[in-house]
Amino acid sequence: MSAVDTISAQGGFLRRIGLARAVLAAYSMAFLIYTLVPIAVMIAFSFNQSPHSRVSLKWLGFTTRWYRNAFVIQDLTVAMWHSLEVAFVAMIVSVVLATPLALALARYRFKAKGVTDIVIFADIAAPAVVVGASLLSLFLTLNLPRGLLTIFIAHIAFDIAFAVVVIRARVSVLDRALDRAAADLGATPWVAFWTVTFPLILPGIVGAGLLAFALSIDDLIITSFVAGQTLTFPLWVYGAVKTGIPPQVFVLSTLIFAGGVLIALLNSGMAHRREG
Amino acid sequence: MTSAPRVRRLGRGAVAPYLLSLPSWLYLTVFFVVPLVAMLSMSLATGNPLVGYVFSWHFAEFARAVDQYWVQLVRSFWYGTLSTFLTLVLTYPVAYWIAFHGGRHKGTFLFLILLPFFVSFVIRTLAWQFLLSDQGLILGTLKSWGLLPETTYLLSTSTAVIGGLVYNSVAYYVLPLYVALEKVDRRVVRAAGDLYASPAQAFWRVVLPLSAPGIFAGFLLVFVTNVGDFVNAAVLGGPGTRMVGNIIQYNFFDAQNYPMAATLSSILMFLLIVAIYLYARVFGTESIQEYAT
Repeated sequence: MSAVDTISAQGGFLRRIGLARAVLAAYSMAFLIYTLVPIAVMIAFSFNQSPHSRVSLKWLGFTTRWYRNAFVIQDLTVAMWHSLEVAFVAMIVSVVLATPLALALARYRFKAKGVTDIVIFADIAAPAVVVGASLLSLFLTLNLPRGLLTIFIAHIAFDIAFAVVVIRARVSVLDRALDRAAADLGATPWVAFWTVTFPLILPGIVGAGLLAFALSIDDLIITSFVAGQTLTFPLWVYGAVKTGIPPQVFVLSTLIFAGGVLIALLNSGMAHRREG
Repeated sequence: MTSAPRVRRLGRGAVAPYLLSLPSWLYLTVFFVVPLVAMLSMSLATGNPLVGYVFSWHFAEFARAVDQYWVQLVRSFWYGTLSTFLTLVLTYPVAYWIAFHGGRHKGTFLFLILLPFFVSFVIRTLAWQFLLSDQGLILGTLKSWGLLPETTYLLSTSTAVIGGLVYNSVAYYVLPLYVALEKVDRRVVRAAGDLYASPAQAFWRVVLPLSAPGIFAGFLLVFVTNVGDFVNAAVLGGPGTRMVGNIIQYNFFDAQNYPMAATLSSILMFLLIVAIYLYARVFGTESIQEYAT
């Protein structure tokens, strides 16, 4: 094989990699667009004219009418409030319960650790139908009426597991020398926790809280089992699928979307500030 | 680790983890573990909606459930398997590209992949119902151009349901794949090249095996979720695409046949236990959580 052949063979090889990489990049971009399509549909339909106050499949013209009348469907607005209320309470309670468990799992070796790991994972991986059906079985057995209280209970139960995993990841990258130094300087474990550990794991706790909030506000399947006659936003929408969707549904979900993205961006911006 | 902190930890170390775990344990025991037991005992109960149900070791419900709903059970497993496999095949290249070629924009790409999470699951599925409807954006346009006959439809077919399941699983699969690929030591990949492996060989024999934990963790999460789903089947499907989840809903709320609903849920739970057991045997219990969120 002559030197020229080798070089051109090498050129072909490099071009092949270049081509493969370009195809991969193009595919990934196309895939990103595919994942964003339903979001575009939601936003577009929130601005679409519709004659009978039901979303029309055709584009009939731009209007901000549904935004001006975003809250006129009373039971939809009530459902929205229920969702926000449930997500907020579930976020606070699950983070308060999850933080100590995350500390225990990340910092200690103890007998019950293996079982705890499995229960946490089972809680995350369990099909929503099973979680919902099992809670409903319990509530039926206890004769506990279904409503906001049972929704709170269910949401906290699935939020805890996710919160533990997020906070634990943050705790396990902490330098243990820091709280040992606090102890050496005479801090009690309680003081050391609040002055050293807590500020350091706070980003993890905030992240866990945001995830819990997002999971709660989005949940349909588990809530559908334990809600009784009480409706949350996803339940209201699911119930309206058969009869027709009013444009306000898309308005409210666009507002939730915008709020969520804003909070996520602010949070990551603050994280950058803290680290840089 | 030196011996000093170890000695100090022995004193309170024995109780501290238990005290810290106690609140969550209590909560998860009462509202996660006990309900599963309640569900199992409900599946063994007999009675009817009017007089109520009592526990009675009535195992026959399991045989009846399989006999009556084997079509939906098999369909759920089939939809679950196919949609999970399709999600893996579709998302792996994207996760690979972000992990290996994402450069400075890795965070941005991951954020874009997660963006649908900010839209409610029902709304996303509903958006697909609009897009796929007979006169919707996709079919309507193709029909008006004469590219498809007027009678073509996608809604209430298994294609639409599986498509919905795939779309809703994307983010759940990209994340574990990304975490696993990000961990692959780049020097090992380069070493494969130095040892005259072609890029394809380096991928199939080095990168792919090293990302196996992510592949399995994602498969487990997505498969279990999709087998139990009923929303995609209800919004995008029709009478011929009902899954176990729809039947469980029907038995709880319409037929009020609680034992049957609990029995079908128990069957799904056994599936979950088998899946977790297999995963824990292969990769250990701690690695399970690393990929879970």
